Amino acid sequence: MIAEGLAAVALVGAIAAAIANRREAWVALGGAGMLLAVGALGWGEAVEEAEGLAPTLVVLAALLVLGDGCERAGIFDALAARLARGARGSGSRLLGLVVASAAGVTAVLGLDATVVLLTPAAFAAAAKARLTGRPAVYACAHLANSASLLLPVSNLTNLLAFNASELSFARFAALMALPWAVAIAIEWAALRFAFRRELEPHGRMPRNGPPPPFARAPLIVLALTLAGFVAAEPLHVDPAWPAALGAAAMLVATRASVKAIDVPLIGFVLGLGLIVRALADNGLGDLVADVLPDGATLLALLGTATIAALLANLLNNVPALLVLLPAAAAVGPETVLAVLIGVNCGPNLTYTGSLATLLWRRVLKDRGEEPEHGEFHRLGALTVPPILIGATVALWLVT
Amino acid sequence: MKLVAWITEAGWEACVDAARRLRPDEVVFIHVAEVELPGPRGRRHQQVLQRMDALAAEAARALLIDAEERLTGATAADRVAAASRGEPYTRVRKVAAKGHPETVVMDAIADADVLVLTRDNLEPGPHSIGHATRYVLDHAPCTVVLAWAPE
Repeated sequence: MIAEGLAAVALVGAIAAAIANRREAWVALGGAGMLLAVGALGWGEAVEEAEGLAPTLVVLAALLVLGDGCERAGIFDALAARLARGARGSGSRLLGLVVASAAGVTAVLGLDATVVLLTPAAFAAAAKARLTGRPAVYACAHLANSASLLLPVSNLTNLLAFNASELSFARFAALMALPWAVAIAIEWAALRFAFRRELEPHGRMPRNGPPPPFARAPLIVLALTLAGFVAAEPLHVDPAWPAALGAAAMLVATRASVKAIDVPLIGFVLGLGLIVRALADNGLGDLVADVLPDGATLLALLGTATIAALLANLLNNVPALLVLLPAAAAVGPETVLAVLIGVNCGPNLTYTGSLATLLWRRVLKDRGEEPEHGEFHRLGALTVPPILIGATVALWLVT
Repeated sequence: MKLVAWITEAGWEACVDAARRLRPDEVVFIHVAEVELPGPRGRRHQQVLQRMDALAAEAARALLIDAEERLTGATAADRVAAASRGEPYTRVRKVAAKGHPETVVMDAIADADVLVLTRDNLEPGPHSIGHATRYVLDHAPCTVVLAWAPE
C-alpha cells in the first residue's frame, strides 16, 4: 500500500514536472531512485526495465541526429522552396503539399522532426508564396500527432509499444498503413474546411530562380537506415543497431551534431518507465487490465482507443502509454495498436497537447500573448473523434 | 494628409493601389505578423517559435519593400535622389510589427487622416472581413477605405 502510494506520488511528480517544463528528467529519475531506495522497486526489475528501454532510447536519440543532419544539409530549406513554388499561389494547393510533407516527415523522421524542422519550413514556404501561414502551421501541429501512426519510429509512443509487442517492423507498418491513411485524409478534409476562408486569397509564385537541389547524402543515409530497420527483424538484430549506424553515418555525411539529442527527454522517459514499472508491480497492472476492454472486436478496440485518447489528454501521451502498455500487450497486438491510435491522435483535442498542460497554464495565468484557442479546439473536436473511429475501424479491418 | 495602409498578405496590391489614388503626403505602411504555434510547450517549442518570428520578420520586410515600390513606382534610393533634386515626393515609413493586429493598428492610426485596408477573403459577405479587421472598422477614429483583394 505504501509502495503503491509512493510510486503514484513519483508518477504525479514526474508528470507535473514535465507539464511545468521544469527539470522533468531529474524529477523522474529522482522519483525512480526514491522507489529503489525504499524497496518499492526491486533492483532486478529496475535493471530489467532499463535494459528493455535502452534500445528504444537509442533509436530515439538516433532519430534526432538523423533529423538534425537533414536540417543542416538544407533538406528542409529545399523543401520549403519547393512547397512555395508548388503552391503556384494557391492556399489550398500549399495546404495539400504541407499535409503530404508532414505525413512523410512524421512517418520517417518522427513527430519531433515535423514539429521542430518542418513547421518553420512550411511557415517559410507560406511567407515566400505570400500566403497566410496559419493553415500550414496548424497542419504541421496536427499531423505531427495524427500522422505518427505508420512506423515504429514515427513516435516515441510507437517505439515503446513496438518494443513491448511481438510485431515486426514490417508487420507494424502493414497493419498501421490504412489507419494512417485514414487519419491523414480526415485531417486534410478538416483543415480544408476549417480554413476555407483563409485559403481563398491568392499568393504569388516566388520570384527567385529554381529551388536549391536536395542534398543526396542525408537522404541516402535515411533510406538505408529505414531499410536497416526492416532488415533487422529477420536477421534477429535489434533496431537500435541500424539506428545507431544510421546516426553515425549521418554525423559523418553531414554537419549533424550529437547536441541534437534531447538528453533530458531520454532521462525523463527512463525515469518514467521505472516509476510505471513500480506502479505496475504494485497493483496498477491489474487495475488497468480490468478497465481495458478484452479481445479484438471492433467495439473493444474502439473502447481501448477512446480510453487511451482520454488518458493521453489527462497525463500526456508518453505517461498514458506506459500506464496502458503492459495490460494492452497482454491482450494482444491489435489492442496495443488501438492504444497507439488513442495516445497519438488524442492529444490534438487540446491546444497545448494535453488537458493537464492547459489547466496548469490556466492556474498560472501564464497566457501571455497567446491567441484565442477557440479555433484550435474546434479543429480538434472536428478531427479527433472521427480519426479515433475511422482509424480504429481501419485497424479492425486489416487485422 | 497622413495615410496609414494596413498591409496584409491577402491583397496588399489592392491596398497600395487604393492608397496611391488618394495622393497622400505621408504614408505609413504597417504589417502585423501573427506568429502562433499550437502544441506542447517546452524548450523546443520556444526554439521553433523564435525561428518562425525571424522568418515572419524577414517576410514582412520584403512585403513592405514591395508595397513601397508599388506605391512610388521607384526604389527608396531613387526617391532620395529625386528629393535631393527638389522634386515632390511622398514620405513613406514602413512598420513591421507583431502582436494583436487590432491593437497595433489602432495605435498606429491614432493621428492618421485615412486608413486603407483590404478585406481578408475573396467571397462577398460578412466573412470577407476577419475579426481584427472588423474591430478596426468599428473603432477607427479616421476615414477608412476598404479595398477588395484581387480575384
